[in-house]
Amino acid sequence: MSTGDARTRGGFPATRHSVIERIRDGSDDARREAFGDLIEGYWKPVYKHLRITWRLTPDDAQDLTQGFFADAFQKSWLEKFEPGKARFRTFVRLCADRFVMNARQAASRLKRGGATQTVPLDFDGAEREIAARPPSAPPEAEELFHQEFVRALFDNAVRAVRAECERNGRAIHFELFEKYDLVPADDVSYARLAEQFNLTTTQVTNYLALVRRRFREQALDALRGLCGSDAEFKREARDLFGMELD
Amino acid sequence: MSPLSDAAVARLRLVATWPEFSSGRYTVAEEIGRGGMGTVYLAHDTELGREVAIKVPHVAVSSTLEQRLQTEARVLARLEHPGIVPIHDVGRLADGRLFYVMKRVHGQTLRDYLLEAPDLPETLRIFERICEPVAFAHAHGCIHRDLKPENVMVGEFGEVMVMDWGVARMSSGPTLSIAKGQEAADAGSPAHGSSTNPGTIVGTMGFMAPEQASGAVSDHRADVFSLGAILYSLLVRDAPGSDAAAAIVRRRDVPRPLRAICAHALAPAAAERYQSVPALAQDVAQFRTGGRVSAYRETIVERSMRVARTYRVAILLMLTYIVMRVVVAIVFGR
Repeated sequence: MSTGDARTRGGFPATRHSVIERIRDGSDDARREAFGDLIEGYWKPVYKHLRITWRLTPDDAQDLTQGFFADAFQKSWLEKFEPGKARFRTFVRLCADRFVMNARQAASRLKRGGATQTVPLDFDGAEREIAARPPSAPPEAEELFHQEFVRALFDNAVRAVRAECERNGRAIHFELFEKYDLVPADDVSYARLAEQFNLTTTQVTNYLALVRRRFREQALDALRGLCGSDAEFKREARDLFGMELD
Repeated sequence: MSPLSDAAVARLRLVATWPEFSSGRYTVAEEIGRGGMGTVYLAHDTELGREVAIKVPHVAVSSTLEQRLQTEARVLARLEHPGIVPIHDVGRLADGRLFYVMKRVHGQTLRDYLLEAPDLPETLRIFERICEPVAFAHAHGCIHRDLKPENVMVGEFGEVMVMDWGVARMSSGPTLSIAKGQEAADAGSPAHGSSTNPGTIVGTMGFMAPEQASGAVSDHRADVFSLGAILYSLLVRDAPGSDAAAAIVRRRDVPRPLRAICAHALAPAAAERYQSVPALAQDVAQFRTGGRVSAYRETIVERSMRVARTYRVAILLMLTYIVMRVVVAIVFGR
């Protein structure tokens, strides 16, 4: 696993431009790829927002989620984002709200967008996540959208790190990460994991540090891609990790 | 893979920013404190096989904050005293941030310690121990400027450590002051500030001397005031308000000499306070051991009672002796 690729002093890679830059400036392929990243980062927050805040049925929410991204791609209205006015995340949510309102006004089902960009959307998985939510009052729309945005971001970063670990013969690194950070047992400790995996405690902490670093790099890289501007990315990074990136 | 739970998301946010040490000497175990300037982690020093505490600034690339942390490390390195946490190492993280390694302090903050309701003599002994490192720092030209119960650690054997020298200032030579910008921002109070030049305001309301709160030039007597505020907290078990000197005088549950000591330390004008920390500590020790307190003018009755309390064993022995002599004289006629 590469640990030092494209890192800067702040411990984050500066490899990816913001999604808006890529959508606006890129070729058709680049735009399509940028849209793929955008859908990957935002479809779950949008879907859950429609299900929980708008109280749509799963079928309607699925149709509208797919319709929303298809429409955004075809009509280019995400390109109208102005960084000075709001965070891109908020802009996406407001666009989704407007899209739902328009759809209701039209009182007709939206036609899907002609497979402009194919990204498998695991709606069943999203439904399981909604069902697993604690039975409390739903949070405010912005808060919910943010929570789900972060969850999706981290989820994708964890998946990427896992794939990377497996690819580089470091499955044990990820297993330690999973046992210590993702789903820790009550009695988990470095010493216990060292015993379990026949490692030294120092190896356990070093392996964990490596995976955590890659997780942070993946999450920040994806976050940079999903923000509307560099300034917004810095704000989001500060909110998310308490990191000041000058 | 199952979806990330809220707890997993929260934990990932935390561990993703744990410091990475390029040397591999230190391994982080957990976060144990977070302040305006940085985060303190419990870590394991693999070379020496001991637990240490490591302070790391929040900011990845900020020369100002880095300078502040460096200054704090220098202050700590200069002040070698059992009541001041010793610094072991200074270095840079893999991401370029400065960090310093210090002794892992076991214990609880003075605020938590007070919840155990220690008796008055023990409370006063603790207070005297707080005064010792502060007096030592003053003797070396360093003013703490943010003394409060949260910045004092009490160990399980009653040992005391004065922590968080982040806003300390050298009273001679170049300024080594460090302001808590975040704390100031969080507090949103005019009594907080982020600069450290004359006119700068650093510290915590209630524990900050008036001259410090107003941004005027302050000296070591600002720490005397803060210690008076700590003494107030110890005696009243509550944080001092805006006029703690007057409030303590009204507390009938506190012995009068102690009220006088506290009020004297909390005098609004620096010139009217104890002029040094040892003078304050001495008065507290005098009270605890039954001696005369300089800040309190006692009546003849009070003095007699104090002397009687202090020398009660000797007085009892003497009285017993006199009674025995009288009895012997009566019985044996001589």
